Amino acid sequence: MSAQATSQATSEDTATAPLVAVEGLHTYYGKSHILHGVSLTIGRGEVVGLLGRNGVGKSTTLKTIMGLVYPRQGKVVLEGRPVTALPAHKIAKLGIAYVPEDRRIFRLLTVLENLRTGLDRPGVTDARKQELLDKVFACFPVLGERRNQAGGTLSGGEQQMLAIARAMMLEPKIILLDEPTEGLMPRMVTQIHQIIDALHKEGVAILLVEQNVPLTLEASQRVYIMEKGAIRHHAKSSDLKIGDDVIKQYLGV
Amino acid sequence: MAAILSFFADFPIELFFIQTLNGIVTGMILALIASGLTLIFGIMDVVNFAHGELFMLGAYVGVIVLSTTGSFWLALLLAALLVGIFGAAMQIVTLRPLLGRDPLTTILATFGMSLILQNYALWQFGPVARKINEPYTGHFNLFYLEYPWYRLMIAGLSAAIIGGFWLFLKHGKFGIWIRATMQDRVMAQAMGIPVPLVHTVAFAIGAAMAAASGVLFGPLVGVNHTMGLDWVLKAFIVVVVGGMGNLGGSIAAAIFISLLEAYASIWVSPAQAVIVSFVVLIFTLLFRPTGLFVPTPK
Amino acid sequence: MTKRDTTIYWTGFGVVMALLIVAPLVLPPFWSRFVTEILIWGLLAMSSDVLIGYTGMVSFGHSAFFGLGMYGAAAALLMVAPPNLLLALLFGLTASAAVSAFVAYFSTRLRDIYFAITTLIFSQIFYVIIFTWTEVTGGENGLSFRRPAFGIPGLWTTPFTPETLHWFVLAVVAGSYLILRRIMRSPFGMVLQSIRENEPRTRAIGYAVERYKIVAVMLSGLFAGLSGVLYAIQNRFAAPDFVFFIISGDAVIFNVMGGIGTLVGPIVGAATFLLLREGLGRLFGDQFPYLIPLGFIFIAIIIFMPQGLLGFMRRWLNK
Repeated sequence: MSAQATSQATSEDTATAPLVAVEGLHTYYGKSHILHGVSLTIGRGEVVGLLGRNGVGKSTTLKTIMGLVYPRQGKVVLEGRPVTALPAHKIAKLGIAYVPEDRRIFRLLTVLENLRTGLDRPGVTDARKQELLDKVFACFPVLGERRNQAGGTLSGGEQQMLAIARAMMLEPKIILLDEPTEGLMPRMVTQIHQIIDALHKEGVAILLVEQNVPLTLEASQRVYIMEKGAIRHHAKSSDLKIGDDVIKQYLGV
Repeated sequence: MAAILSFFADFPIELFFIQTLNGIVTGMILALIASGLTLIFGIMDVVNFAHGELFMLGAYVGVIVLSTTGSFWLALLLAALLVGIFGAAMQIVTLRPLLGRDPLTTILATFGMSLILQNYALWQFGPVARKINEPYTGHFNLFYLEYPWYRLMIAGLSAAIIGGFWLFLKHGKFGIWIRATMQDRVMAQAMGIPVPLVHTVAFAIGAAMAAASGVLFGPLVGVNHTMGLDWVLKAFIVVVVGGMGNLGGSIAAAIFISLLEAYASIWVSPAQAVIVSFVVLIFTLLFRPTGLFVPTPK
Repeated sequence: MTKRDTTIYWTGFGVVMALLIVAPLVLPPFWSRFVTEILIWGLLAMSSDVLIGYTGMVSFGHSAFFGLGMYGAAAALLMVAPPNLLLALLFGLTASAAVSAFVAYFSTRLRDIYFAITTLIFSQIFYVIIFTWTEVTGGENGLSFRRPAFGIPGLWTTPFTPETLHWFVLAVVAGSYLILRRIMRSPFGMVLQSIRENEPRTRAIGYAVERYKIVAVMLSGLFAGLSGVLYAIQNRFAAPDFVFFIISGDAVIFNVMGGIGTLVGPIVGAATFLLLREGLGRLFGDQFPYLIPLGFIFIAIIIFMPQGLLGFMRRWLNK
């Protein structure tokens, strides 16, 4: 791990305390030791990429942050407050939203009902709800068209948009995005890139897990690279290029 | 040919019609019980062995309220309410600690509860059956019988309750929460839905529906501590035939099985007519294990 | 199992056996009979352990196996005079084997919860059949008959005394335990346990999981039927109540309380349950709904002590 790259990468976030900090996570599935001391930080409004081959533990890291899986050791800290032991629904309320790898929209609920699972929160006025809906339908017109259709009838790309839109309904501080471009056509990949940029402009932080290296390097400010359940490299996205040795080593691209 | 014609000539048309009515009445009650059972299973993977006892408790609460206030409607309401609350308490105390463990433990826990409740009822009320009086004792003439209006009322009320529940599920925030949790508990949590609360409320609703059926059905049969046993078995058959966790399927299966049993009763004794439901179950298990009315998944 | 473990195990076994052999000689008749009943119910619970503890399948169908064993024996004892012990065993075991094959065929294709419900429903199917087929089964009132004599009919027989009956039961139950223990430690038993641990993986390795499950159900049913035969012999009557699914529930309760997966645990569970029931009855009077506190204890054990009373010894007992 290049010392220069690390110090350059961390100088940015020591200025302000990170939004989310993950320290020394060890997560197990039964007897399998998946995460071996994962540590990373995400600053307010930052887009951070998490790269790595299949099965290295990227999704598990997201699930641990979201409280869907509990680590045996380590901490997850949100805005300075430890949230490691909290159940997922409380973590969602605190401002972390999750868009899982297989989208997992509610297939038997309509598009609108899917969005409502995020909208129906205490403290949100009807006016605000309408605002959020209008905004998301402006972003994703096709969802607006299909608002009363069951989620299961949407195409793969539309379901991905719904999954992201649904997370946006929570007005989160950070969205955990797990491989949003998987299985999508190039046109949709560009759209996802635009959405990430738009969210970034609004100040929403994103932890982006992806196999698509070029997209990740373009969309994020910093990247972590994982291998075998631990972080192996950390750098500013602008310092890395596709052909770099580091990329070749850990991602085989 | 002559034999076939004479069969149809002898065919007891009136009896058939009466039994259709009876079948629908029983079917609606069964649908109400089964809906609660399948809701509980669909949302938290719990096979509630104590469901029959919740039905029984509802009937007993009905007996008490009726004898103190004389109002059938109050009995119905209070039974549903009180047993619903009891159900919530039961879920919190015995089922929440078992969350995430082997699903077999919940079967055992609810089985234990059913034993406790049955014996409690036996202890408090004794072995002699009680009676709930019908709220309306009029009859109308159906062929050669005097058919009680009350039976039609039960069917209507059950349908109304189920319909109300359906509406609740389709509209409103909590309905969405319940449906979302039933489909994908994990993502429901990730969306901030308080899944533990949803579980408790769903259980309470299931219990309330069982209790309501107890009061509705009370006037037709005696109220005693074992009344839950027969019904819970039928309800389980209905839930398996209808597709576990499938609300629409349970209702269809309940009516279907009840009608078949009612028709069978024309020729055999009611005690033997129950064999029909067993046959339907075996048939379902052999050919359509996911549910008789459910398209077989790929 | 180390040499030391073996010694301890067999010593323990010997001590327990000695106590049980001596029991009818030192205990008053009521308690002596009580111990015999504990053994019979213990055998039923042990048969259920084969499924719950070793294969990971909770069955509520044991009342059918038990009941058919009982009625099978009853049939033999009523059909032939003088009543013939071997015939009773034969009929009872055949009946329960047939029933368990039938139930196994339909229910083993289902997993977990569906299996439990289906076995329960089948239990009730048999209950209804027995209850309503009055001409053959005596319906609600059941059947009563005479106890057969011990020995080989035609060669040498001697009527049972309470002591010899107890020893006979003890021999059968102890023998069953040893046989089942041997089976569970054999390759077959290992496959069953692997099914319990991780069924998809066992299937993936290449085992015909369904076939193993069917054999497990039949094995379990056979020993449950055996306990039914013993019960018939001891009490000289057969009644449909014993086919009602509550009996299956009892077997499961004894099993879980005593510790699943230990074979011995269920017997201990049966003993604990029956002793508690007797004790509570004596302390508080006959009308006391003893099942209420027992039910709470049962639930508490499930929540806090899921391995059961003997569960801590599970690994050791299976070595």
